[in-house]
Amino acid sequence: MRLAVASGKGGTGKTTVAVNLARVWNGPVQLLDCDVESPNAGLFLKGETLATEIAGMPVPAVDEALCTGCGICSAFCEYNSIACAGGTAMVFPEMCRGCGGCAMLCPVKAITEREHRIGVIETLGAGDITLIRGRLDVGAAMAPPLIRQVKLRASSELPCIIDCPPGTSCPVITAMKGSDMVLLVTEPTPFGLNDLELAVETVKELGMPFGVVLNRSGSGDRRVHEFCSSRGISLLMEIPDDRRYAEAYSRGELLADSFPGLRDLFAGLRAELEKHFDS
Amino acid sequence: MKIAFTTSGKTLDSPLNPRFGRAPGFLIYDTDDRSVEYISNTQNYNAAQGAGIQSAQNLGDAGVSAVVTGHCGPKAYSVLARAGITVYNTSLATVAEALEALQKGELSPAEGPDREGHWQ
Repeated sequence: MRLAVASGKGGTGKTTVAVNLARVWNGPVQLLDCDVESPNAGLFLKGETLATEIAGMPVPAVDEALCTGCGICSAFCEYNSIACAGGTAMVFPEMCRGCGGCAMLCPVKAITEREHRIGVIETLGAGDITLIRGRLDVGAAMAPPLIRQVKLRASSELPCIIDCPPGTSCPVITAMKGSDMVLLVTEPTPFGLNDLELAVETVKELGMPFGVVLNRSGSGDRRVHEFCSSRGISLLMEIPDDRRYAEAYSRGELLADSFPGLRDLFAGLRAELEKHFDS
Repeated sequence: MKIAFTTSGKTLDSPLNPRFGRAPGFLIYDTDDRSVEYISNTQNYNAAQGAGIQSAQNLGDAGVSAVVTGHCGPKAYSVLARAGITVYNTSLATVAEALEALQKGELSPAEGPDREGHWQ
């Protein structure tokens, strides 16, 4: 089973929910850190690095001896990542999405594809948790190809919890896609609610089952509760607002280890999710 | 020889636009017959990315030898250089003023981009 932990707004507690849920899982579980622009799940897990791999994506390479500068490739490229000037094609690899269309269309076969490094994928072992983490290189702009490769590293034999990037754009959708369920983490603030509404629209569009986790419950207002009940959305867990939790988090502690009450709360969420998947 | 100016206007008294890739359009002045032609750049103005690259390619295709604009970033500059187009940066207000300054030899060719790219 695959569970994606996402949110519209950043900083609501996706990683907190993902790592603690992994911690209270029964048996081996994979945690995929797909927030490749700032992967931070590893801050809460003490483990050892099992593997580090370079990740790349295909980008065009032009053989200028063959290129006639006809411009078919640049006319095709929606992202302006290949241009024709002075009689040959020029490639801007950092802007390429790696679709390969230019190489397919080139009438004189002057374009081949080469691997362009975009980041690394690290695998860490921490008890029953296997963390697979993508880390996008500084200056690399395309998160989705790296996210796809992180997901490919996961075994389908074991349960999988995906820590998604924030927002509702391509990286988020790439991370969530293919999951059996999405947990949307939010907070009881106007921003939290606004971005929850956007996230709900996104997962509905994708046709994925989802539920809400409310972090820092008790602070702010009741509008997230009202939104969920008026839309018939399951509010699966509420993490109370408590300064001690924030302090433990800032020390890199797992809430499920530091607070027995929260351990029970996360175990309850796990049980709720298992019920959902068994039915 | 054709010279391109970044602008939204179709006449020489139009204001010079400081942006290259996302200029609203290009006024092409032909020094041979003193004619002007306007090329709309709406498509690149609205492009998600690579506006400078595509604008530079379009000027190459239009047979332009020089471009006078406010600023030019590294990707656009590299395409313009490959196309053999000389870049002149100026903060002069109108196309006519920039043309006059160019013809009097008051503008010097840019030796490279004068702005950082968006993707660094």
